[in-house]
Amino acid sequence: MATRTQFENSNEIGVFSKLTNTYCLVALGGSENFYSAFEAELGDAIPIAHTTIAGTRIVGRMTAGNRRGLLVPTQTTDQELLHLRNSLPDSVKIQRVEERLSALGNVICCNDYVALVHPDIDRETEELISDVLGVEVFRQTISGNILVGSYCALSNQGGLVHPQTSIQDQEELSSLLQVPLVAGTVNRGSSVVGAGMVVNDYLAVTGLDTTAPELSVIESIFRLQDAHPDSISGNLRDT
Amino acid sequence: MSYTPMDTNQLEHQHQHQNVATVLCCNCGAPIDGSTGLVMCYDCIKMTVDITEGIPREANVSFCRNCERFLQPPGQWIRAELESRELLALCLRRLKGLNKVRLVDASFIWTEPHSRRIRVKLTVQGEAMVNTIIQQTFEVEYIVIAMQCADCARSYTTNTWRATVQIRQKVPHKRTFLYLEQLILKHNAHVDTISITEAKDGLDFFYAQKNHAVKMLDFLNSVVPIKAKKSEELISQDVHSGSATYKFSYSIEIVPICRDDLVVLPKKLAKSLSNISQFVLCTKVSNTLQFMDPTTLQTVDLSAPVYWRNSFQPLADVSQLVEFMVLDVEPVGISKGKHVLADITVARSTDLGVNDQTYYVRSHLGALCHSGDTVMGYFVANSNYNSDLFDDLNIDHVPDVVIVKKLYQRKSRKNRNWKLKRMAKEHKDIDASQDYSSKSQKQDIERAERDYELFLQELEEDQELRQTVNLYKSSNPENIEEHGMEEDEDEDAPQIDIDELLDELDEMTLDDNGADEMGEGM
Repeated sequence: MATRTQFENSNEIGVFSKLTNTYCLVALGGSENFYSAFEAELGDAIPIAHTTIAGTRIVGRMTAGNRRGLLVPTQTTDQELLHLRNSLPDSVKIQRVEERLSALGNVICCNDYVALVHPDIDRETEELISDVLGVEVFRQTISGNILVGSYCALSNQGGLVHPQTSIQDQEELSSLLQVPLVAGTVNRGSSVVGAGMVVNDYLAVTGLDTTAPELSVIESIFRLQDAHPDSISGNLRDT
Repeated sequence: MSYTPMDTNQLEHQHQHQNVATVLCCNCGAPIDGSTGLVMCYDCIKMTVDITEGIPREANVSFCRNCERFLQPPGQWIRAELESRELLALCLRRLKGLNKVRLVDASFIWTEPHSRRIRVKLTVQGEAMVNTIIQQTFEVEYIVIAMQCADCARSYTTNTWRATVQIRQKVPHKRTFLYLEQLILKHNAHVDTISITEAKDGLDFFYAQKNHAVKMLDFLNSVVPIKAKKSEELISQDVHSGSATYKFSYSIEIVPICRDDLVVLPKKLAKSLSNISQFVLCTKVSNTLQFMDPTTLQTVDLSAPVYWRNSFQPLADVSQLVEFMVLDVEPVGISKGKHVLADITVARSTDLGVNDQTYYVRSHLGALCHSGDTVMGYFVANSNYNSDLFDDLNIDHVPDVVIVKKLYQRKSRKNRNWKLKRMAKEHKDIDASQDYSSKSQKQDIERAERDYELFLQELEEDQELRQTVNLYKSSNPENIEEHGMEEDEDEDAPQIDIDELLDELDEMTLDDNGADEMGEGM
């Protein structure tokens, strides 16, 4: 299912929310329309946490996570951390990361099995990622862009990279990530696809400006045609 | 409209696949090559993006039916042919929003002149979205609005003048009027004039308001010696409120004495003017008359009202000058300013080979004359004057010859590097039935040209006079190099320094010539 919504008139959904298979984070908004959009789709399947990170509303860009864990930056306040711990299920590990590149959502792009990170990230952080999130970590750029989290939207079924990625790079990344990739745009031609949408195995949320061709690309690559919460498979797939 | 997607300023990737479709167009889903930075296919860009959005497709230009000029706001009227560069520039200036995009090309599309429409085809380049620059051509239509410019409106109301200033000078030549014209141009005293006409002995200026005429009157009073008389003509009167409208006429007469005239002053006047001799030369005419005795270098000033109390005619004027050749110069020793008193032996140029008649003259031109020069002077001994004042003079005290000025051999007048502006005058309406090649007409024209040439020569000679008028650089650059190469030109011929010349500020045009002149001047 792919839906369209807006956060306070902004189409950049991936900035104000973070969606994984076991939980969802949304930013505090003036009105709760944004939250309602998520709630309508997710229903009771997974918990949706209202939060800020480090006092900011850009929770999607500050945090990185998958169904096993959530990484938050150093600037996250204790109160926020406590709130997160309360809202999220116990199976999800929450870890505060001491990292110079503190916008973790921009530097880390991950699904449940593999993660791409910014080439300049610390060694300790890399280890922490592989530990907390339980993934294989690769330092990689996406066709020259070092902000991997912004220019790639990744789920367990597939991935969407920014439109300037060449065929060769797409093939290279696809073999690394073990999922099919496609280059495309979101929100009517915006190339910052990671920040423009959020996706998990059965739901994708994009901005209101997303055109029908873009949405059809998203639905096809992420295999969202008839997915709903109950049919997540938790099995490992062949590599 | 036609579009061309142009180059982008996206950074090049290391692995670049030519023309392989990597993304789908975000609008229509058509596969396009995303590595160049385009996110929409060519057709979608064409459909959705319009960089010429802010530019109006219709605009107005104003055109004066009468003088066939186009209006360039706020108030300038420009003469331009249809489909000319000036018109194109005018049209582009009228278009708002053209500064947000880059103009690549502009041209006219032919329209029937009577349709009152001008069509211009423009090609612009602008940024469409993020990294793509597109080029678009479109057409703008201008509606030509016919109206009447302010100058033409003014010209149609000549008959409704309220005040007139009629200037007359009863002399056979027009030099004073030429000088007056230059003064008026320099001080811009003719701004409010509705029209100017020439009359037999002078000029008429017409005004819409009485105070404009009074302003001109005051101006004339300060530059030439005049006598003014005011008269009114009643047009309408309201008995109940006591108000009345009049037409005012100011009749002005300029003193008939001009520069270099020979004058005999009345005895009483001469005595009251520091006892100067009665036989004098007029040296300068400003708002007072300046007379000089050539034998003693004494100068006096006579103001206009004093003149008009007991007016007198000049004895001889410039047309009666005779050419003399200087044989010998002996300075006496007295000098005053640039006048040096000297005893000069002259002989008439026509007498030179024929007889030995020479005259011994005391003159004020000692500084300028050298033996061998030609001078102009009044041949008093040979002249028969019709003047009572002259008859009363003691003949022994009257010199035989009065030398007035030096004669320079000048080249043809086309080589002057300076020029004057002329005032636009309305001449009498041309009557088709009259014969314009008649002798009197020709004589008139010749006389006018001679007067003008004399006037220009006077300007060249006298620097003080030059200070009072505006001289402009003439656009004859070739002639400057040829100067001084001819043998028959007198090397002492007075030249005007190029520093004294003003640059002529023509109306700004888009011509290359205009640009060059401006460049020269700076």
